[in-house]
Amino acid sequence: MTDAPRAAARRARRGGRPRRRATVVSVLGELLLTAGVVVLLYAAWQMWVGDIIMSAAANDEGQQISQAWEKAPAPALPPVIDDGNGADSAHPRYEPPVMTPPENGVPWGAQMHVPRWGSDYNVQIAGGVTRPETLDHGWIGVYPTSGMPGQPGNFTMAAHRTTWGKPFNQLDRLHLNDAIVIETEQGWYTYRFRTLEYVTPDSVDVLNPVPQETDVAGGRYITLTACSPLYSLAERIVAYGVFESFQPRALGAPESLKAVS
Amino acid sequence: MYSALWRILPGPWWVRLIIVLVLLAAVLYGLMFWVFPWVSPMISPGDVSIEPTPTAT
Repeated sequence: MTDAPRAAARRARRGGRPRRRATVVSVLGELLLTAGVVVLLYAAWQMWVGDIIMSAAANDEGQQISQAWEKAPAPALPPVIDDGNGADSAHPRYEPPVMTPPENGVPWGAQMHVPRWGSDYNVQIAGGVTRPETLDHGWIGVYPTSGMPGQPGNFTMAAHRTTWGKPFNQLDRLHLNDAIVIETEQGWYTYRFRTLEYVTPDSVDVLNPVPQETDVAGGRYITLTACSPLYSLAERIVAYGVFESFQPRALGAPESLKAVS
Repeated sequence: MYSALWRILPGPWWVRLIIVLVLLAAVLYGLMFWVFPWVSPMISPGDVSIEPTPTAT
């Protein structure tokens, strides 16, 4: 037997094909195929997997903070609003504590709950509405011109509607009177959803103390903005709500946090 | 390139297969949790705020 048939026999025993040397072209081809797969994986991550990972992480963080507040001794009750029934009425309404404006890019010690978006929805609110400092952390950002929760004026926020955990993904799914609840160490500020609007990205009037009105004051509003249509920068979707009540922590979670059907 | 990787892995074919699967899982994890989040702000648009002058992203 000569060498060549013996080698062929060895290959046949291994069940393999003849070993071919890697060439520049074959390596380049494999690299290009790999790059294609990575690009497809990136698309899957951007549209789907990444949001699952990040929104779960965001809700987890929010949940941990909520639980820490729950364990801590409850702060003293704020003053009761005198609505003419006397301070000892059966359903006293409490003065919403005034919050200090948040610092840019720093979590505020406030979280948003929206029962319509799931009972586990619990996303931190931070100062500012720039992407790298606030929104790309998966947080909800407070406009620098915003009013404070529960106070007269307009409490204005922005967040991603797609990607980065997409906190405001379901903004267009709110029903009339759905609760938007801001939780702090002091308690819960409940707003009720009223209406949606689609505007151009430069429509700063939606952030006015009374949305879309100038030289008018009064009323306690909440305004949530996000991009629209989905995956586009052409327009903004805006959700408005009105303030309902403040529930001090000592009295436990408010009715408005109950699951909706 | 990948056939060379297959050849330098030790053991019978099923051990090599397990090693390759573990390597693949590690690469996937690194991409999903580290590389893609790092790359995303550089290439994906998504301004959601309302500003006096629209920003071009």
